[in-house]
Amino acid sequence: MSTVVLLTMTGLGLGALYFLIASGLSLIFGLMDVLNFAHGALLSIGAYGTWWAASGNLPGAGPGGAGFVLAVLFGTAVGTVAAVVLELAVVRPLYTRPREQVLATVGVGLAVPALLSGIWGSDALRFPGPEALSGTFSLLGAEVPVNRLVLVAAAVVVLVALRLFLGRTRHGLVVRAGVEDRAMVTALGIDVRKAFTLVFAIGGSAAALGGALGGLYFGSVDPRQGTSLLIFAFVVVVTGGMGSVTGAAAASVVIGLVQQFANYYTAAGLGDLAVVVLLAALLLVRPRGLTGRLA
Amino acid sequence: MSTVTGTPDRTSGTPAAPSDAPAADTARLLRWWPAAVLVVLIVAPYSALPLPGLLDGPVGSAGSLQLLATCLLFGALATGYDLLLGRTGLLSFGHALYFAAGSYATNTIMLEAGLPFAVSALVGVCFGIALALVLGSVSLRVTGIGFSMVTLAFAQAGSILVSRNPGGFTGGEEGRAAPAELLPSGLVGIEHTANLYWVALGYLVLTLAVVHWAVRSPTGRVWEGIKENERRVEVLGLRPYGFKLTAFVLAGVLAALGGLVHLLLTGGSTPQTTTSDFTLSLLVMVVLGGSGTRWGPMVGGILYTWADHRLGDLAGSGAVADLPAVLRVPLSQPLFLLGVLFVAVVHLLPGGLARLPSRLDSALRAPRGATRAGAAAQKENRHP
Repeated sequence: MSTVVLLTMTGLGLGALYFLIASGLSLIFGLMDVLNFAHGALLSIGAYGTWWAASGNLPGAGPGGAGFVLAVLFGTAVGTVAAVVLELAVVRPLYTRPREQVLATVGVGLAVPALLSGIWGSDALRFPGPEALSGTFSLLGAEVPVNRLVLVAAAVVVLVALRLFLGRTRHGLVVRAGVEDRAMVTALGIDVRKAFTLVFAIGGSAAALGGALGGLYFGSVDPRQGTSLLIFAFVVVVTGGMGSVTGAAAASVVIGLVQQFANYYTAAGLGDLAVVVLLAALLLVRPRGLTGRLA
Repeated sequence: MSTVTGTPDRTSGTPAAPSDAPAADTARLLRWWPAAVLVVLIVAPYSALPLPGLLDGPVGSAGSLQLLATCLLFGALATGYDLLLGRTGLLSFGHALYFAAGSYATNTIMLEAGLPFAVSALVGVCFGIALALVLGSVSLRVTGIGFSMVTLAFAQAGSILVSRNPGGFTGGEEGRAAPAELLPSGLVGIEHTANLYWVALGYLVLTLAVVHWAVRSPTGRVWEGIKENERRVEVLGLRPYGFKLTAFVLAGVLAALGGLVHLLLTGGSTPQTTTSDFTLSLLVMVVLGGSGTRWGPMVGGILYTWADHRLGDLAGSGAVADLPAVLRVPLSQPLFLLGVLFVAVVHLLPGGLARLPSRLDSALRAPRGATRAGAAAQKENRHP
């Protein structure tokens, strides 16, 4: 029983991490038809930003208490700025060339991890976190690490915020309409390109937050972390339907749990394998699933 | 060798005006540059010419030949990959799988069954063909970005399998060294690097010839049509699926052969060749050089590989170590420089390096032949 509880909580934590990456990825693809290969790099930027601030380089920030909150905020802010810069400088000039947009993000996805490993080395660095979050708590006889809860809570907050933003605000309306039919929104005289920058900022901040909290989950940061998580985020995006935030949330829970349980109860690595095979199977069975709708 | 000698001699007609005669002669001679380059490449191992900056030692030294052979190998791989990307318009993220299949299958058969290299290689390439046929026929059921994702998923599954080392067949994260006693003795050891270099060169020539021949064939015409507008090909009564599968399998076979060459060249199979990063680097090479052109992918592959190796050495040299950190750190990361160069090429030079000469040409002519060349250049800019 305790193993099942631990696996469930770990799976949920992993799912939360996937959701933080996939929500932005899904919105960006739904609205702009750009598969953002640099999204993993945004996560890494957030992780390194938080690590840098929490290691005492930012006045006021530190590994514990309010200092850590500040460090996470700093990392998220850096990731958001990076996402906006990415959209304005790299993606926007290629607006009329969708395939080149994808290629340019591939280039950024290669360059950023290389730059990070150039500055801080390619080895994994220990991630400083508050004492309160490094312990465990008892749940139904299992000792569950607290950081799983933090990730799940953050994912829920992001999900609710995104739902409110998309459902209740004018900008959210434009984004939803843009996912539905971009040409029509443009024809109505609304500048969709502002929405492009907006979804990049939202996606970037969610991914950077994922990076900051992923540091807690893994206990370390390394330059390749974001890129390796990106593949699973793709799986989530496809499973949940491109452009759907709620779909991404449901899919990330399923993927996280499937991966954890399969990895534990069958051979190690089979869970990862099961998930990528699931991606292929889903695409083949339901190729229309790619043109998902915002739910 | 149809790539080199099969060029139709269209300039042999009488020149229009006597003043054009030397220009026509030069143009005719210039058409033979691939043959000249090939001859230079064939005799390169005999040369002791030092190329400071470009290579660490003289051209004929073992280290330089190894690097040159790797460059040629990746030039060929990129050319094969472009069969999908630039010729048929298929964006596959799983090309690494077929490369790794050729290398790992051959190596495993040699190690586990103890068969000689020639037999193992044949089985390995057949395995690559079968894999490309099966996975290609499944992946091609979806189109567009869905195809890219399915190929990515299959390649990722392969990568996970290799790194998990099932039954000790793949050697996990370390990879597996090839059994030296089963390899042809002329292809083992540092003193035989020249032979390996010629093998890589032969593979490059073969790939260029196959791609050139395939693209010129009736099937190649249909590929071009699929790339431009798949719906229109269907309206003409042709089924794109079979043609796309042909391209996929042909590219897969070329990649599996490349895996063989890589196995010989590095003396083993490494899991790095199975990763999605490996496919992405092929993508970067092709786009860097110029997708859909005859020489572009090859140039991109050679340039990328050379830069990846040499920039790392450069970073260790005194010239870079003395620079301030702001310059030293980015310069010490070849992948960073290549990534930035790639983004710059995508933005500023659509069509890649292969288009550079024609762009320079039109830019130089623009001031003189004001309207026509200028308009052409503008048109080119609008429709890259």
